[in-house]
Amino acid sequence: MLLLGYLLARSCEGDMREKIRQAKLRLLKMHFESGVGHIGGNLSCLDLLMYLHHRVMKAEDVFVLSKGHSAGALYVTLWSMGRLKDEDLARFHGDGSMLAGHPPPNWIPEIRFATGSLGHGLSLSAGIALAKRLKGEPGKVYCLLSDGEWNEGSTWEALIFISHQKLDNLTLIVDSNGLQGFGTTKEVADLGSLSDKLRSFSLRVDEIDGHDVDSIAEAFSNAPVGPRAIVARTRKGNGVSFMENAMEWHYLPMSEELYMQAMKEVGG
Amino acid sequence: MRNVLCDSLVGHAARKEFVFLTGDLGYNALEPLRAALGDRFINSGVAEQNMVSVAAGMSSLGLVPWVYSIAPFAYARPFEQIRNDVCMHGLHVVIVGNGGGYAYGPMGATHHGLEDYGTLLTLPGMHAFVPAFASDVPVIVDTLFDLKRPSYLRLGRCEKPGDFVLPPYAPWRRLLDGRGPAMVAVGPLAGGILEIFRRMDPAIRPALWVLTELPIRKESMPEELVRDIRQSGALFVIEEHVAHGGAGQMLSYALTEMNEAPREFIHKFAKGYVSGLYGSQLFHRKECGLDPESVAAEVVRRYGTAAKG
Repeated sequence: MLLLGYLLARSCEGDMREKIRQAKLRLLKMHFESGVGHIGGNLSCLDLLMYLHHRVMKAEDVFVLSKGHSAGALYVTLWSMGRLKDEDLARFHGDGSMLAGHPPPNWIPEIRFATGSLGHGLSLSAGIALAKRLKGEPGKVYCLLSDGEWNEGSTWEALIFISHQKLDNLTLIVDSNGLQGFGTTKEVADLGSLSDKLRSFSLRVDEIDGHDVDSIAEAFSNAPVGPRAIVARTRKGNGVSFMENAMEWHYLPMSEELYMQAMKEVGG
Repeated sequence: MRNVLCDSLVGHAARKEFVFLTGDLGYNALEPLRAALGDRFINSGVAEQNMVSVAAGMSSLGLVPWVYSIAPFAYARPFEQIRNDVCMHGLHVVIVGNGGGYAYGPMGATHHGLEDYGTLLTLPGMHAFVPAFASDVPVIVDTLFDLKRPSYLRLGRCEKPGDFVLPPYAPWRRLLDGRGPAMVAVGPLAGGILEIFRRMDPAIRPALWVLTELPIRKESMPEELVRDIRQSGALFVIEEHVAHGGAGQMLSYALTEMNEAPREFIHKFAKGYVSGLYGSQLFHRKECGLDPESVAAEVVRRYGTAAKG
Protein backbone atom coordinates (compact mmCIF):
# COMPACT_ATOMS: atom_id res chain seq x y z
CA MET A 1 0.00 0.00 0.00
CA LEU A 2 2.81 2.36 0.93
CA LEU A 3 4.63 1.43 -2.25
CA LEU A 4 1.51 2.12 -4.30
CA GLY A 5 1.15 5.55 -2.69
CA TYR A 6 4.80 6.32 -3.36
CA LEU A 7 4.54 5.26 -7.01
CA LEU A 8 1.37 7.29 -7.46
CA ALA A 9 3.03 10.37 -6.00
CA ARG A 10 6.06 9.89 -8.25
CA SER A 11 3.78 9.57 -11.23
CA CYS A 12 1.91 12.75 -10.27
CA GLU A 13 5.12 14.69 -9.87
CA GLY A 14 6.34 13.32 -13.20
CA ASP A 15 3.17 14.64 -14.75
CA MET A 16 3.84 17.98 -13.06
CA ARG A 17 7.36 18.12 -14.48
CA GLU A 18 5.97 17.58 -17.96
CA LYS A 19 3.40 20.33 -17.46
CA ILE A 20 6.20 22.66 -16.37
CA ARG A 21 8.28 21.72 -19.40
CA GLN A 22 5.37 22.50 -21.72
CA ALA A 23 4.79 25.82 -19.93
CA LYS A 24 8.46 26.69 -20.29
CA LEU A 25 8.33 26.06 -24.03
CA ARG A 26 5.21 28.21 -24.32
CA LEU A 27 6.84 30.97 -22.29
CA LEU A 28 9.89 31.00 -24.56
CA LYS A 29 7.66 31.07 -27.64
CA MET A 30 5.58 33.94 -26.26
CA HIS A 31 8.62 36.04 -25.39
CA PHE A 32 10.33 35.29 -28.69
CA GLU A 33 7.26 36.20 -30.74
CA SER A 34 6.68 39.42 -28.82
CA GLY A 35 10.36 40.32 -28.87
CA VAL A 36 10.50 41.37 -25.24
CA GLY A 37 12.78 40.75 -22.29
CA HIS A 38 12.21 39.85 -18.63
CA ILE A 39 12.52 36.19 -19.61
CA GLY A 40 15.21 35.47 -17.00
CA GLY A 41 13.03 36.31 -14.00
CA ASN A 42 10.10 34.46 -15.55
CA LEU A 43 12.10 31.28 -15.85
CA SER A 44 13.31 31.57 -12.26
CA CYS A 45 9.78 31.44 -10.85
CA LEU A 46 7.89 29.32 -13.38
CA ASP A 47 8.31 26.03 -11.47
CA LEU A 48 6.97 27.65 -8.30
CA LEU A 49 4.01 29.27 -10.04
CA MET A 50 3.07 26.10 -11.88
CA TYR A 51 3.25 23.88 -8.81
CA LEU A 52 1.37 26.40 -6.68
CA HIS A 53 -1.48 26.83 -9.16
CA HIS A 54 -1.78 23.19 -10.25
CA ARG A 55 -1.13 21.33 -7.03
CA VAL A 56 -1.67 23.65 -4.07
CA MET A 57 -4.26 26.37 -4.60
CA LYS A 58 -7.96 25.76 -4.10
CA ALA A 59 -10.87 27.79 -5.46
CA GLU A 60 -11.06 29.95 -2.34
CA ASP A 61 -7.33 30.78 -2.34
CA VAL A 62 -5.86 34.01 -3.70
CA PHE A 63 -2.54 34.61 -5.42
CA VAL A 64 -0.78 37.96 -5.77
CA LEU A 65 2.23 38.34 -8.06
CA SER A 66 4.21 41.03 -6.31
CA LYS A 67 7.13 40.68 -8.75
CA GLY A 68 4.96 41.91 -11.60
CA HIS A 69 7.81 41.71 -14.12
CA SER A 70 7.20 37.95 -14.15
CA ALA A 71 3.77 38.46 -15.69
CA GLY A 72 4.74 36.17 -18.56
CA ALA A 73 5.18 33.20 -16.23
CA LEU A 74 1.81 33.91 -14.66
CA TYR A 75 0.08 34.25 -18.03
CA VAL A 76 1.55 30.95 -19.18
CA THR A 77 0.54 29.29 -15.92
CA LEU A 78 -3.03 30.51 -16.43
CA TRP A 79 -2.83 29.25 -20.02
CA SER A 80 -1.75 25.82 -18.76
CA MET A 81 -4.91 25.80 -16.61
CA GLY A 82 -7.15 26.78 -19.52
CA ARG A 83 -7.82 30.28 -18.14
CA LEU A 84 -6.07 32.01 -21.04
CA LYS A 85 -6.05 30.96 -24.67
CA ASP A 86 -3.25 30.66 -27.22
CA GLU A 87 -4.63 33.69 -29.04
CA ASP A 88 -4.44 35.71 -25.80
CA LEU A 89 -0.76 34.82 -25.41
CA ALA A 90 -0.16 35.64 -29.07
CA ARG A 91 -1.08 39.26 -28.31
CA PHE A 92 1.25 39.51 -25.28
CA HIS A 93 2.93 42.92 -25.12
CA GLY A 94 1.30 44.01 -28.38
CA ASP A 95 -1.14 46.75 -29.36
CA GLY A 96 -4.69 46.18 -28.18
CA SER A 97 -3.67 43.40 -25.78
CA MET A 98 -4.98 42.81 -22.28
CA LEU A 99 -1.71 41.05 -21.51
CA ALA A 100 0.66 43.92 -20.84
CA GLY A 101 4.23 43.40 -19.76
CA HIS A 102 3.06 43.62 -16.16
CA PRO A 103 -0.21 42.21 -14.81
CA PRO A 104 -3.15 44.39 -15.83
CA PRO A 105 -5.99 45.70 -13.67
CA ASN A 106 -9.58 44.65 -14.21
CA TRP A 107 -9.22 42.08 -17.01
CA ILE A 108 -8.46 38.64 -15.66
CA PRO A 109 -10.29 37.29 -12.58
CA GLU A 110 -7.22 35.38 -11.40
CA ILE A 111 -5.19 38.59 -11.46
CA ARG A 112 -6.71 40.55 -8.63
CA PHE A 113 -4.19 43.38 -8.68
CA ALA A 114 -2.09 45.13 -11.26
CA THR A 115 1.49 44.98 -10.06
CA GLY A 116 4.83 45.96 -11.50
CA SER A 117 5.95 48.69 -9.17
CA LEU A 118 7.74 46.58 -6.58
CA GLY A 119 6.80 46.66 -2.92
CA HIS A 120 3.00 46.56 -3.24
CA GLY A 121 2.05 42.89 -3.40
CA LEU A 122 2.86 41.84 0.14
CA SER A 123 0.71 44.61 1.65
CA LEU A 124 -2.13 43.80 -0.74
CA SER A 125 -1.86 40.15 0.28
CA ALA A 126 -1.88 41.13 3.94
CA GLY A 127 -5.09 43.11 3.37
CA ILE A 128 -6.74 40.16 1.65
CA ALA A 129 -5.60 37.78 4.41
CA LEU A 130 -6.87 40.08 7.15
CA ALA A 131 -10.18 40.59 5.32
CA LYS A 132 -10.61 36.81 5.08
CA ARG A 133 -10.02 36.51 8.80
CA LEU A 134 -12.44 39.33 9.67
CA LYS A 135 -15.12 37.89 7.39
CA GLY A 136 -14.54 34.33 8.57
CA GLU A 137 -13.86 33.23 5.00
CA PRO A 138 -11.80 30.13 4.22
CA GLY A 139 -8.81 30.12 1.93
CA LYS A 140 -5.19 31.07 1.92
CA VAL A 141 -3.29 33.91 0.35
CA TYR A 142 -0.05 33.33 -1.55
CA CYS A 143 2.28 36.13 -2.57
CA LEU A 144 5.34 35.74 -4.79
CA LEU A 145 8.08 38.34 -4.33
CA SER A 146 11.48 38.83 -5.85
CA ASP A 147 14.59 39.03 -3.68
CA GLY A 148 15.42 42.50 -5.05
CA GLU A 149 11.98 43.60 -3.83
CA TRP A 150 13.31 43.53 -0.27
CA ASN A 151 15.08 46.81 -1.12
CA GLU A 152 11.63 48.41 -0.90
CA GLY A 153 10.74 49.87 2.49
CA SER A 154 7.07 49.10 1.97
CA THR A 155 7.86 45.37 1.86
CA TRP A 156 9.25 45.64 5.37
CA GLU A 157 6.22 47.66 6.45
CA ALA A 158 4.11 44.76 5.22
CA LEU A 159 6.27 42.21 7.04
CA ILE A 160 5.90 44.08 10.34
CA PHE A 161 2.13 44.18 9.82
CA ILE A 162 1.87 40.47 8.91
CA SER A 163 3.92 39.47 11.91
CA HIS A 164 2.00 41.72 14.29
CA GLN A 165 -1.39 40.61 12.98
CA LYS A 166 -0.27 36.95 13.00
CA LEU A 167 -1.73 36.36 9.55
CA ASP A 168 -1.47 32.58 9.52
CA ASN A 169 -3.48 32.31 6.29
CA LEU A 170 -0.70 34.02 4.34
CA THR A 171 2.35 32.46 2.70
CA LEU A 172 4.99 34.63 1.13
CA ILE A 173 7.29 33.04 -1.41
CA VAL A 174 10.59 34.63 -2.36
CA ASP A 175 12.05 33.94 -5.79
CA SER A 176 15.62 34.24 -4.61
CA ASN A 177 17.60 34.26 -7.86
CA GLY A 178 20.29 36.59 -6.51
CA LEU A 179 20.11 39.05 -9.40
CA GLN A 180 18.32 42.34 -9.64
CA GLY A 181 18.08 45.27 -12.06
CA PHE A 182 21.69 46.38 -12.21
CA GLY A 183 23.74 43.95 -10.16
CA THR A 184 23.55 41.01 -7.81
CA THR A 185 21.57 41.36 -4.60
CA LYS A 186 24.85 41.11 -2.73
CA GLU A 187 26.36 43.98 -4.70
CA VAL A 188 23.33 46.26 -4.56
CA ALA A 189 22.01 45.88 -1.01
CA ASP A 190 23.33 42.82 0.78
CA LEU A 191 20.81 41.59 3.35
CA GLY A 192 22.86 38.61 4.46
CA SER A 193 20.41 35.84 5.23
CA LEU A 194 16.88 36.92 4.30
CA SER A 195 15.59 33.71 5.91
CA ASP A 196 17.10 34.67 9.26
CA LYS A 197 15.57 38.10 9.01
CA LEU A 198 12.14 36.64 8.24
CA ARG A 199 12.50 34.25 11.20
CA SER A 200 13.28 37.21 13.44
CA PHE A 201 9.78 38.48 12.57
CA SER A 202 8.38 35.18 13.87
CA LEU A 203 7.68 33.72 10.46
CA ARG A 204 8.17 30.05 9.86
CA VAL A 205 10.65 29.79 7.01
CA ASP A 206 11.34 26.90 4.63
CA GLU A 207 14.37 27.19 2.38
CA ILE A 208 14.02 25.12 -0.75
CA ASP A 209 15.41 24.49 -4.21
CA GLY A 210 12.90 26.46 -6.29
CA HIS A 211 13.42 24.24 -9.33
CA ASP A 212 13.07 20.87 -7.65
CA VAL A 213 9.47 19.70 -7.73
CA ASP A 214 9.94 17.36 -4.76
CA SER A 215 11.42 20.15 -2.70
CA ILE A 216 8.60 22.54 -3.67
CA ALA A 217 6.01 19.87 -2.93
CA GLU A 218 7.44 19.20 0.50
CA ALA A 219 7.46 22.89 1.44
CA PHE A 220 3.83 23.34 0.43
CA SER A 221 2.76 20.14 2.16
CA ASN A 222 3.88 21.44 5.54
CA ALA A 223 0.89 22.63 7.53
CA PRO A 224 1.29 26.31 8.32
CA VAL A 225 1.70 27.45 11.90
CA GLY A 226 1.44 31.23 11.84
CA PRO A 227 2.54 33.36 8.91
CA ARG A 228 5.10 31.59 6.81
CA ALA A 229 7.69 32.17 4.15
CA ILE A 230 9.20 29.93 1.52
CA VAL A 231 12.57 31.19 0.38
CA ALA A 232 13.23 29.48 -2.92
CA ARG A 233 16.79 29.37 -4.24
CA THR A 234 16.39 29.82 -7.97
CA ARG A 235 18.40 30.57 -11.11
CA LYS A 236 17.53 33.47 -13.33
CA GLY A 237 16.98 32.00 -16.80
CA ASN A 238 16.65 28.48 -15.35
CA GLY A 239 16.93 25.68 -17.89
CA VAL A 240 18.49 27.70 -20.68
CA SER A 241 22.27 27.57 -20.47
CA PHE A 242 23.09 30.97 -21.94
CA MET A 243 20.50 32.70 -19.76
CA GLU A 244 21.25 31.07 -16.43
CA ASN A 245 22.49 33.51 -13.78
CA ALA A 246 23.05 36.21 -16.41
CA MET A 247 21.71 39.63 -15.49
CA GLU A 248 21.28 40.72 -19.11
CA TRP A 249 18.39 38.27 -19.54
CA HIS A 250 16.37 40.57 -17.31
CA TYR A 251 16.25 42.77 -20.41
CA LEU A 252 17.19 41.06 -23.67
CA PRO A 253 14.85 39.68 -26.32
CA MET A 254 15.91 36.44 -28.05
CA SER A 255 17.25 36.25 -31.57
CA GLU A 256 15.84 33.41 -33.69
CA GLU A 257 19.07 31.46 -33.30
CA LEU A 258 19.06 31.78 -29.51
CA TYR A 259 15.36 30.96 -29.38
CA MET A 260 15.95 27.73 -31.31
CA GLN A 261 18.81 26.86 -28.96
CA ALA A 262 16.66 27.56 -25.91
CA MET A 263 13.79 25.43 -27.23
CA LYS A 264 16.23 22.60 -27.93
CA GLU A 265 17.66 22.74 -24.41
CA VAL A 266 14.19 22.60 -22.89
CA GLY A 267 13.32 19.68 -25.14
CA GLY A 268 10.99 21.35 -27.59
CA MET B 1 -14.67 68.23 12.70
CA ARG B 2 -12.67 65.23 13.86
CA ASN B 3 -15.01 64.50 16.75
CA VAL B 4 -18.04 64.89 14.51
CA LEU B 5 -16.44 62.46 12.07
CA CYS B 6 -15.87 60.01 14.90
CA ASP B 7 -19.49 60.29 16.08
CA SER B 8 -20.77 59.86 12.54
CA LEU B 9 -18.64 56.78 11.97
CA VAL B 10 -19.72 55.27 15.27
CA GLY B 11 -23.24 55.51 13.83
CA HIS B 12 -22.11 53.24 11.00
CA ALA B 13 -20.28 50.75 13.20
CA ALA B 14 -22.98 48.12 12.73
CA ARG B 15 -22.03 47.82 9.05
CA LYS B 16 -20.08 44.58 8.99
CA GLU B 17 -18.12 45.65 5.93
CA PHE B 18 -16.80 48.82 7.60
CA VAL B 19 -13.15 48.74 8.71
CA PHE B 20 -11.09 51.70 9.88
CA LEU B 21 -7.31 51.91 9.61
CA THR B 22 -5.30 54.63 11.29
CA GLY B 23 -1.65 55.45 10.85
CA ASP B 24 -1.16 55.58 14.61
CA LEU B 25 -3.17 58.78 15.02
CA GLY B 26 -6.47 59.66 16.69
CA TYR B 27 -5.57 60.24 20.34
CA ASN B 28 -8.35 62.02 22.21
CA ALA B 29 -10.66 61.76 19.22
CA LEU B 30 -11.09 58.25 17.84
CA GLU B 31 -11.35 56.24 21.07
CA PRO B 32 -15.16 55.87 20.77
CA LEU B 33 -14.76 54.52 17.25
CA ARG B 34 -12.11 52.07 18.41
CA ALA B 35 -14.48 50.83 21.09
CA ALA B 36 -17.38 50.55 18.65
CA LEU B 37 -15.50 48.69 15.92
CA GLY B 38 -13.43 46.29 18.00
CA ASP B 39 -11.15 44.24 15.73
CA ARG B 40 -12.35 46.23 12.71
CA PHE B 41 -10.45 49.25 14.06
CA ILE B 42 -6.86 48.65 13.03
CA ASN B 43 -3.94 50.77 14.14
CA SER B 44 -1.62 49.82 11.32
CA GLY B 45 1.27 51.80 12.74
CA VAL B 46 3.41 54.53 11.26
CA ALA B 47 3.46 52.88 7.86
CA GLU B 48 1.12 54.69 5.50
CA GLN B 49 2.18 52.89 2.31
CA ASN B 50 1.34 49.52 3.84
CA MET B 51 -1.88 50.92 5.33
CA VAL B 52 -3.26 52.00 1.95
CA SER B 53 -2.34 48.76 0.17
CA VAL B 54 -3.81 46.71 3.03
CA ALA B 55 -6.99 48.77 2.62
CA ALA B 56 -7.01 48.03 -1.11
CA GLY B 57 -6.62 44.31 -0.43
CA MET B 58 -9.49 44.42 2.06
CA SER B 59 -11.68 46.36 -0.34
CA SER B 60 -11.11 43.74 -3.04
CA LEU B 61 -12.88 41.28 -0.72
CA GLY B 62 -15.89 43.57 -0.26
CA LEU B 63 -14.93 45.41 2.90
CA VAL B 64 -15.16 49.22 3.02
CA PRO B 65 -11.92 50.53 4.53
CA TRP B 66 -11.48 54.07 5.77
CA VAL B 67 -7.84 55.13 6.04
CA TYR B 68 -6.91 57.95 8.39
CA SER B 69 -3.88 60.16 8.95
CA ILE B 70 -2.79 63.79 8.92
CA ALA B 71 -3.51 65.10 5.41
CA PRO B 72 -0.01 64.96 3.86
CA PHE B 73 0.72 61.56 5.42
CA ALA B 74 -2.59 60.25 4.12
CA TYR B 75 -2.17 61.25 0.48
CA ALA B 76 1.45 62.19 -0.28
CA ARG B 77 3.46 59.40 1.36
CA PRO B 78 1.30 56.60 -0.07
CA PHE B 79 0.49 58.32 -3.36
CA GLU B 80 1.61 55.38 -5.51
CA GLN B 81 -0.43 52.97 -3.39
CA ILE B 82 -3.51 55.18 -3.87
CA ARG B 83 -2.78 55.39 -7.59
CA ASN B 84 -1.94 51.76 -8.35
CA ASP B 85 -3.75 49.74 -5.73
CA VAL B 86 -6.89 51.79 -5.09
CA CYS B 87 -7.64 53.95 -8.12
CA MET B 88 -6.48 51.68 -10.96
CA HIS B 89 -8.91 49.10 -9.60
CA GLY B 90 -11.70 51.56 -8.79
CA LEU B 91 -11.87 50.32 -5.21
CA HIS B 92 -14.13 51.72 -2.53
CA VAL B 93 -11.49 53.07 -0.16
CA VAL B 94 -11.96 56.35 1.71
CA ILE B 95 -8.80 58.32 2.45
CA VAL B 96 -9.26 60.75 5.33
CA GLY B 97 -6.74 63.60 5.56
CA ASN B 98 -7.07 65.42 8.83
CA GLY B 99 -6.09 69.08 8.95
CA GLY B 100 -6.06 70.07 5.28
CA GLY B 101 -4.53 73.36 4.20
CA TYR B 102 -2.67 75.22 6.94
CA ALA B 103 -4.79 73.67 9.72
CA TYR B 104 -1.74 72.28 11.52
CA GLY B 105 -0.36 75.85 11.59
CA PRO B 106 2.74 76.12 13.77
CA MET B 107 3.47 72.39 13.46
CA GLY B 108 5.22 73.42 10.26
CA ALA B 109 5.32 72.82 6.54
CA THR B 110 5.60 69.02 6.67
CA HIS B 111 2.20 68.86 8.36
CA HIS B 112 0.38 71.15 5.92
CA GLY B 113 -1.74 69.76 3.10
CA LEU B 114 -1.69 72.45 0.45
CA GLU B 115 -1.90 70.33 -2.69
CA ASP B 116 -3.91 67.34 -1.51
CA TYR B 117 -7.14 67.41 -3.48
CA GLY B 118 -5.54 68.79 -6.64
CA THR B 119 -3.01 65.97 -6.64
CA LEU B 120 -5.50 63.23 -5.85
CA LEU B 121 -8.02 64.42 -8.42
CA THR B 122 -5.53 63.62 -11.17
CA LEU B 123 -6.24 59.94 -10.41
CA PRO B 124 -8.96 57.96 -12.16
CA GLY B 125 -12.33 57.89 -10.41
CA MET B 126 -11.24 59.98 -7.45
CA HIS B 127 -13.74 62.26 -5.75
CA ALA B 128 -12.82 64.77 -3.01
CA PHE B 129 -14.93 66.21 -0.20
CA VAL B 130 -14.02 69.35 1.72
CA PRO B 131 -16.70 69.85 4.37
CA ALA B 132 -17.11 73.50 5.27
CA PHE B 133 -19.12 73.11 8.46
CA ALA B 134 -19.33 70.47 11.15
CA SER B 135 -22.92 69.74 10.13
CA ASP B 136 -21.71 68.76 6.64
CA VAL B 137 -19.72 65.86 8.00
CA PRO B 138 -22.50 63.35 8.80
CA VAL B 139 -24.11 63.91 5.39
CA ILE B 140 -20.79 63.45 3.64
CA VAL B 141 -20.02 60.33 5.68
CA ASP B 142 -23.31 58.79 4.50
CA THR B 143 -22.37 59.67 0.92
CA LEU B 144 -18.91 58.18 1.28
CA PHE B 145 -20.41 54.85 2.32
CA ASP B 146 -22.74 54.89 -0.68
CA LEU B 147 -20.31 56.17 -3.30
CA LYS B 148 -18.45 52.87 -3.85
CA ARG B 149 -15.42 54.50 -5.44
CA PRO B 150 -12.07 55.96 -4.35
CA SER B 151 -12.58 59.14 -2.39
CA TYR B 152 -10.76 61.65 -0.26
CA LEU B 153 -12.11 63.52 2.73
CA ARG B 154 -10.22 66.66 3.75
CA LEU B 155 -11.07 67.58 7.31
CA GLY B 156 -10.62 71.09 8.64
CA ARG B 157 -12.05 73.23 11.41
CA CYS B 158 -15.63 74.47 11.41
CA GLU B 159 -15.66 78.29 11.41
CA LYS B 160 -19.38 78.91 11.11
CA PRO B 161 -20.76 81.92 13.03
CA GLY B 162 -22.86 80.39 15.79
CA ASP B 163 -26.18 81.96 14.85
CA PHE B 164 -25.98 81.57 11.09
CA VAL B 165 -28.60 79.24 9.67
CA LEU B 166 -27.18 77.13 6.88
CA PRO B 167 -29.13 75.96 3.87
CA PRO B 168 -29.45 72.16 3.61
CA TYR B 169 -26.26 70.38 2.52
CA ALA B 170 -25.42 70.40 -1.18
CA PRO B 171 -22.09 70.35 -3.03
CA TRP B 172 -22.76 73.98 -4.01
CA ARG B 173 -24.66 76.31 -1.66
CA ARG B 174 -25.30 80.03 -1.92
CA LEU B 175 -24.77 81.33 1.63
CA LEU B 176 -25.33 85.05 1.00
CA ASP B 177 -26.92 87.13 -1.70
CA GLY B 178 -25.05 90.17 -2.93
CA ARG B 179 -24.60 92.38 -5.97
CA GLY B 180 -20.81 92.30 -5.86
CA PRO B 181 -18.74 89.58 -7.56
CA ALA B 182 -19.74 85.96 -7.41
CA MET B 183 -17.47 84.44 -4.79
CA VAL B 184 -16.71 80.74 -4.37
CA ALA B 185 -15.06 79.62 -1.13
CA VAL B 186 -13.80 76.06 -0.85
CA GLY B 187 -14.58 74.31 2.43
CA PRO B 188 -14.07 75.88 5.88
CA LEU B 189 -12.79 79.22 4.53
CA ALA B 190 -16.45 80.08 3.91
CA GLY B 191 -17.22 80.10 7.64
CA GLY B 192 -14.72 82.82 8.51
CA ILE B 193 -15.78 85.18 5.76
CA LEU B 194 -19.50 84.69 6.42
CA GLU B 195 -19.25 86.76 9.58
CA ILE B 196 -17.62 89.73 7.87
CA PHE B 197 -19.72 89.63 4.69
CA ARG B 198 -23.11 89.34 6.33
CA ARG B 199 -22.45 92.73 7.96
CA MET B 200 -21.42 94.28 4.63
CA ASP B 201 -23.69 96.34 2.35
CA PRO B 202 -25.40 93.90 -0.08
CA ALA B 203 -24.70 96.38 -2.87
CA ILE B 204 -21.00 95.53 -2.80
CA ARG B 205 -20.76 92.25 -0.96
CA PRO B 206 -20.34 89.11 -3.01
CA ALA B 207 -22.92 86.51 -3.75
CA LEU B 208 -21.14 84.01 -1.53
CA TRP B 209 -21.07 80.34 -2.53
CA VAL B 210 -19.46 77.48 -0.69
CA LEU B 211 -18.13 74.46 -2.55
CA THR B 212 -17.55 71.16 -0.76
CA GLU B 213 -17.17 68.51 -3.49
CA LEU B 214 -14.62 68.17 -6.26
CA PRO B 215 -13.88 67.83 -9.13
CA ILE B 216 -15.90 70.63 -10.69
CA ARG B 217 -17.78 69.63 -13.81
CA LYS B 218 -19.81 71.98 -15.94
CA GLU B 219 -22.73 69.53 -15.85
CA SER B 220 -23.02 69.81 -12.08
CA MET B 221 -22.62 73.57 -11.71
CA PRO B 222 -25.81 75.26 -10.46
CA GLU B 223 -27.60 77.56 -12.89
CA GLU B 224 -27.87 80.20 -10.15
CA LEU B 225 -24.10 80.34 -9.78
CA VAL B 226 -23.61 80.78 -13.50
CA ARG B 227 -26.25 83.54 -13.39
CA ASP B 228 -24.46 85.27 -10.50
CA ILE B 229 -21.20 85.19 -12.45
CA ARG B 230 -22.87 86.42 -15.62
CA GLN B 231 -24.65 89.28 -13.87
CA SER B 232 -21.63 90.58 -11.95
CA GLY B 233 -19.10 89.77 -14.65
CA ALA B 234 -16.65 88.84 -11.92
CA LEU B 235 -15.66 85.65 -10.16
CA PHE B 236 -13.63 85.56 -6.95
CA VAL B 237 -12.35 82.15 -5.80
CA ILE B 238 -10.70 81.53 -2.44
CA GLU B 239 -9.18 78.22 -1.40
CA GLU B 240 -6.57 76.98 1.05
CA HIS B 241 -4.81 75.00 -1.66
CA VAL B 242 -2.16 75.83 -4.22
CA ALA B 243 -3.32 77.29 -7.54
CA HIS B 244 -2.23 74.27 -9.58
CA GLY B 245 -5.02 71.74 -9.69
CA GLY B 246 -7.17 73.83 -7.40
CA ALA B 247 -10.84 74.76 -7.58
CA GLY B 248 -9.99 78.11 -9.21
CA GLN B 249 -8.41 76.40 -12.18
CA MET B 250 -11.18 73.83 -12.44
CA LEU B 251 -13.85 76.51 -12.30
CA SER B 252 -12.26 78.75 -14.89
CA TYR B 253 -11.83 75.74 -17.19
CA ALA B 254 -15.47 74.72 -16.80
CA LEU B 255 -16.75 78.26 -17.38
CA THR B 256 -14.59 78.67 -20.46
CA GLU B 257 -15.97 75.41 -21.83
CA MET B 258 -19.47 76.76 -21.20
CA ASN B 259 -18.62 80.06 -22.91
CA GLU B 260 -19.42 81.78 -19.60
CA ALA B 261 -15.94 83.03 -18.70
CA PRO B 262 -16.23 86.13 -16.47
CA ARG B 263 -14.65 89.44 -17.46
CA GLU B 264 -12.74 89.45 -14.20
CA PHE B 265 -11.27 86.45 -12.38
CA ILE B 266 -9.64 86.80 -8.96
CA HIS B 267 -8.07 83.77 -7.35
CA LYS B 268 -6.70 83.76 -3.80
CA PHE B 269 -4.91 80.55 -2.91
CA ALA B 270 -2.24 79.03 -0.70
CA LYS B 271 1.10 80.51 -1.71
CA GLY B 272 3.24 78.32 0.49
CA TYR B 273 5.43 80.30 2.88
CA VAL B 274 5.51 83.88 1.69
CA SER B 275 7.85 85.22 4.39
CA GLY B 276 9.54 81.90 5.03
CA LEU B 277 8.22 82.02 8.59
CA TYR B 278 5.69 79.82 10.37
CA GLY B 279 2.71 80.43 12.58
CA SER B 280 -0.96 79.72 13.11
CA GLN B 281 -3.41 78.86 10.36
CA LEU B 282 -4.56 82.49 10.48
CA PHE B 283 -0.96 83.72 10.13
CA HIS B 284 -0.53 81.72 6.92
CA ARG B 285 -3.93 82.75 5.59
CA LYS B 286 -2.99 86.41 6.13
CA GLU B 287 0.23 85.92 4.22
CA CYS B 288 -1.81 84.61 1.29
CA GLY B 289 -4.63 87.16 1.52
CA LEU B 290 -7.03 84.40 2.56
CA ASP B 291 -8.07 85.71 5.98
CA PRO B 292 -11.54 87.31 6.21
CA GLU B 293 -10.26 90.88 6.59
CA SER B 294 -7.95 90.64 3.57
CA VAL B 295 -10.68 89.08 1.42
CA ALA B 296 -13.19 91.74 2.47
CA ALA B 297 -10.68 94.54 1.87
CA GLU B 298 -10.02 93.20 -1.62
CA VAL B 299 -13.74 93.20 -2.38
CA VAL B 300 -14.14 96.78 -1.10
CA ARG B 301 -11.06 97.97 -2.99
CA ARG B 302 -12.28 96.50 -6.27
CA TYR B 303 -16.04 96.99 -6.03
CA GLY B 304 -16.70 99.54 -3.27
CA THR B 305 -16.21 102.61 -5.45
CA ALA B 306 -18.31 101.26 -8.29
CA ALA B 307 -21.17 100.55 -5.92
CA LYS B 308 -21.07 104.05 -4.43
CA GLY B 309 -21.02 105.58 -7.90
